[in-house]
Amino acid sequence: MKLSSIKQHLEAVPGAKVQETEYSKKGYLLDVAVSPEHLVEAVTIVDREGFFIETITGVDWLGEKEAAVKEAAAKAAAIAEAKAKAAAAKAAKAAEEAAAAGEEVPPPAPVEAAPEAAPEPAPAAPASVQIDDLEAVYDFNRYDEFCRVVIRVRTPRNNPVIPTISHIYQAAHWHERETHDFFGIKFAGHPYLVPLLLPEDADFHPLLKDFNS
Amino acid sequence: MRAYAQSTCNETFVLNLGPQHPATHGVLRVKLTMDGEYIVEAEPVLGYIHRMHEKMGENRTWLQFMPNTGRMDYLHALAYNHGFVCLVERAMGIEVPERAEYIRVITSELNRISSHLLWFGAYILDLGGFSPLLYAFDDREQILDLLESVTGSRLTYSYFRFGGVCDDIDENFVAGARAFVTRMRERMPMYHSLVTKNIILMKRLQEIGPISAEMCRKYGATGPVARGSGIDFDVRKHEPYSVYPNLDFDIPVYTECDSMARYMVRMDEILQSLRIIEQALDKLPEGPIMPPKAPKVIKPPKGDYYQAVETARGSLGMRAVSDGTNTPYRLKLRTPGYSNLIVFGEACRGMLLPDALALLGSLDLVIPEIDR
Repeated sequence: MKLSSIKQHLEAVPGAKVQETEYSKKGYLLDVAVSPEHLVEAVTIVDREGFFIETITGVDWLGEKEAAVKEAAAKAAAIAEAKAKAAAAKAAKAAEEAAAAGEEVPPPAPVEAAPEAAPEPAPAAPASVQIDDLEAVYDFNRYDEFCRVVIRVRTPRNNPVIPTISHIYQAAHWHERETHDFFGIKFAGHPYLVPLLLPEDADFHPLLKDFNS
Repeated sequence: MRAYAQSTCNETFVLNLGPQHPATHGVLRVKLTMDGEYIVEAEPVLGYIHRMHEKMGENRTWLQFMPNTGRMDYLHALAYNHGFVCLVERAMGIEVPERAEYIRVITSELNRISSHLLWFGAYILDLGGFSPLLYAFDDREQILDLLESVTGSRLTYSYFRFGGVCDDIDENFVAGARAFVTRMRERMPMYHSLVTKNIILMKRLQEIGPISAEMCRKYGATGPVARGSGIDFDVRKHEPYSVYPNLDFDIPVYTECDSMARYMVRMDEILQSLRIIEQALDKLPEGPIMPPKAPKVIKPPKGDYYQAVETARGSLGMRAVSDGTNTPYRLKLRTPGYSNLIVFGEACRGMLLPDALALLGSLDLVIPEIDR
């Protein structure tokens, strides 16, 4: 089985996160995330195993980290709110019980408790220096047996540099030029990184999420 | 293989092939560095018909992108339709009624034949033979009429829908398709005796334009280009989609690696497509053409998805990244012609210019699909 063998080899790459995916849902079998330093190593393994290159592309994850922070904050707030509600309900129940027992009821106490609990998750906010990622996605497949492997590399958006693989797979010459056109990812070591599909003097990258024509 | 450049002097000159050259079929430009009649270096220059379909995908809903798919590879538009609907169906888990799948296969295979016929006519035209084009267009016209009757358009189809197809086929279409299968089977021997066995054609194609299997692998070439180099790779068999597993057909493979091998692969593929159409017409079940509970709102769950289909030119890959909204977050189109064209730079080195044109034609380039 080619899948288990390539999985084993790629797991040996330092820092690689290898994950098998369900074909019917995703359309590929193996999802591998590596750091830019280890990309060439991973691609060399894929090449040695006899895979062919399908394509290289990118994804711009602008706003992903802010969204993650917001989501975490929202989650924390939701938990706190739930806690406060539970506390309030408990207090109310206690009060009810007390009332049922025929004693004097102190209503303001639980109402005050709730707003105190809510502002607690605030400290997670200072996210202004977070830099989002650009992701390069490499698709490989085999001619003899279906085995689509996806390799992902992330690089910071303000200085996107990824080593070239054009010396391993010649097709990368064009795919990397195209990805540079669209996303501005610099492929270090690429011998001829000039616009391929865009005009020759293009200095814009249309697939960036903050691009406006 | 043929004699290659043996440079006796160091003088070279630059020759522009295209973007308005009859042999390049559309707006491809190749910057050739020539040593006399021999090619030293070739650099294809793309982008003359680049429309940024991938950005358009991010600016419109999933369904609104459907017409775009028919406008990339205008010769096999239904395969692009097919790739896109399969991608969304995979992402959303939509079940497609069997009748719709059969209709998709029948129309898509008819479209494949029409694409191969146009390539056949135009390719012989490149090589200097005019009349085969007229024969090929005669047959192709039959297919376009058939497809027009069911899809409403002649070239840039957007006929498939998420979950099925937009219109059912009727008895006239079935009868017309059957008549075409019979007609085409009779025409093929004529093509072979008229063109394939022509000594001039054989001299122009045999042992010219070598592309090895290892080159295909390094450049990611697929489709007839790879199959002409002895690689038994076809997405319809390799990574089956739709109802192709229910149908019996062969993958033509030639091991000569030359332009003739790629020519023969396509000619044999026409016969295989006829076999597929005939079986699919026999097996065509009754029933709905859209699922009873087709989703009205197309919002694939968060995640990324890949779908490959076999077009007339090779493996088309579509990758979608969804953020759960009604618009794709990212839509990547891996077009087969693009990968096949990269090979040209290396394959034509040291070749005579007319031989290189024969090689370029044998790659079956459709520039709007390459430039997207």
